[in-house]
Amino acid sequence: MSRDLGIQGIYLASSVLFILGLRSLTRPDRARRGMQQAAVGMLLAIVGTLFQAEIVRFDWIAAGLILGTVVGYPLGMFVPMTAMPQRIAISHLFGALAATVVGIAEYWHGGHGATIAHGQMAALGFEVLFGGLTVTGSFMAFGKLQEFITGTPVTYRGQNAINISLFLATFGLFAYLIFFPASTPLFYLMIALALCIGVLMVLPIGGADMPVVVSLLNSYAGLASSATGFAIGNNVLIIAGALDGASGFLLSLIMSKAMNRSFGNVLFGAFGTPQISAGKTAEGLHVQSISAEDAAMRLAYASKVIFVPGYGMAVAQAQHQVRELAELIEKKGGEVKFAIHPVAGRMPGHMNVLLAEANVPYDQLYDMDEINSAFPETDVAVVIGANDVVNPAARNDPKSPIYGMPILDVDKAKSIIVLKRSMNPGFAGIENELFYDEKTSMLFGDAKASLTKLVSEVKSL
Amino acid sequence: MTPTAVIQLYVFVLAGFVGFLVITRVPPLLHTPLMSATNAISAISLVGSLVVAGADRGTASTVLGFIAVTAATINVVGGFLITDRMLKMFRRHELPPGEKK
Repeated sequence: MSRDLGIQGIYLASSVLFILGLRSLTRPDRARRGMQQAAVGMLLAIVGTLFQAEIVRFDWIAAGLILGTVVGYPLGMFVPMTAMPQRIAISHLFGALAATVVGIAEYWHGGHGATIAHGQMAALGFEVLFGGLTVTGSFMAFGKLQEFITGTPVTYRGQNAINISLFLATFGLFAYLIFFPASTPLFYLMIALALCIGVLMVLPIGGADMPVVVSLLNSYAGLASSATGFAIGNNVLIIAGALDGASGFLLSLIMSKAMNRSFGNVLFGAFGTPQISAGKTAEGLHVQSISAEDAAMRLAYASKVIFVPGYGMAVAQAQHQVRELAELIEKKGGEVKFAIHPVAGRMPGHMNVLLAEANVPYDQLYDMDEINSAFPETDVAVVIGANDVVNPAARNDPKSPIYGMPILDVDKAKSIIVLKRSMNPGFAGIENELFYDEKTSMLFGDAKASLTKLVSEVKSL
Repeated sequence: MTPTAVIQLYVFVLAGFVGFLVITRVPPLLHTPLMSATNAISAISLVGSLVVAGADRGTASTVLGFIAVTAATINVVGGFLITDRMLKMFRRHELPPGEKK
């Protein structure tokens, strides 16, 4: 009894450390310390659990802990920051897999449902449902981000009808199982259907919508952990899972708001349908291009410069060159800021991580709401591989598919330089009138090569 | 509903509420570390996996437990390490010498 009490005390301490760890993330200068404390909380919980009377053999535990460490260490230490979106996606897979497998084992332990109460069955059902669809969903997201599965939305006739009937069938099975937990084949059928839902849910989603999907999977993985806690009666699991669930939920809300999609749209996975009806076309519009020398001249003598990075910067891995250019401009007396749109890139915070890796101080990174008022006083805004998030059509063309989406007001800057590979339109084929603005000059070419040129030109001035 | 289930529901709702309040205040700057951090923390499901792997309830159960322990440990180890690596990168402008943080 006293042993149980001790273990519960440890779990309580871990829960507190987890919450404090997350709270530390509100302050970039304290975040590291806080998360280290959360890691200590995790260690305490693991060690405490090993003292549970139920645990009688340690061979497989040791094997799992060792194998997990051997795989996890390189995933933590050696994965490059540029691969972070897929790294995050795959970690949701592991979390959900653990929850699903524990759910199956618990069902097995309960005599294939024979001795499982209705309430526990509900918890187990949630666990394997959320777990199952997160396992395959994360794998699909991983595949799309790693680009071994096509990043363009895959759609076919009757897609929504199929998805909805699959969803209803799974939910029906779940409801039936709560009343009749011993229907063993149906339990496994439900898991199989959940796995299918995960695949079909992510299939129609394009690359630019990935931030929403990745956050949503984050939430589902957390809810699966929480359901595990309900099923095995463990409060620390319920708490940690709820924290993860809330965090992912909130992030997907923020992301969907930044893309001007309704939340219902997100919840039912109906996002990502490609919009064909583009607004204005480029007919009769004129593009001005600029040479690297002229662009460098303009940057070197500007007193206020804002860089606007997008997914193109991540693809070209040009963040180091951006930082170098920013430092040179500062040395020449200019003030440099970075404007980060919430959905720039493939996951929440993608640009921030890349720029931080390149040693850009975080007090130079500004959110959309903080920086939009600064554009009118900006001499040069430099757009690097961003497209939809700077498209003024979102503000002034009600016919545009992105109309209503909050954007960075780059078009209000005194002059604009856009680094772009070619004039191909971005995601969903929407023309960007910013590129045809008379204040805009286009610097064509690979972002990294262009920036390298700019750096050497500014140096020689 | 059993009294335990009711208490569990309380814990879930209140924890979710705390999470919501805390995470609302996390700046977008740290959204990626936030994701990897919550992911590492929710790998606490390792606690459940350990019991399944060590309770000796038959081969199938032990093997399932082993898979779960492995998957969860990957997230614990990898998740906390990568979060720390990311947070280490976030720094301010260098302060002039003599000035304290």
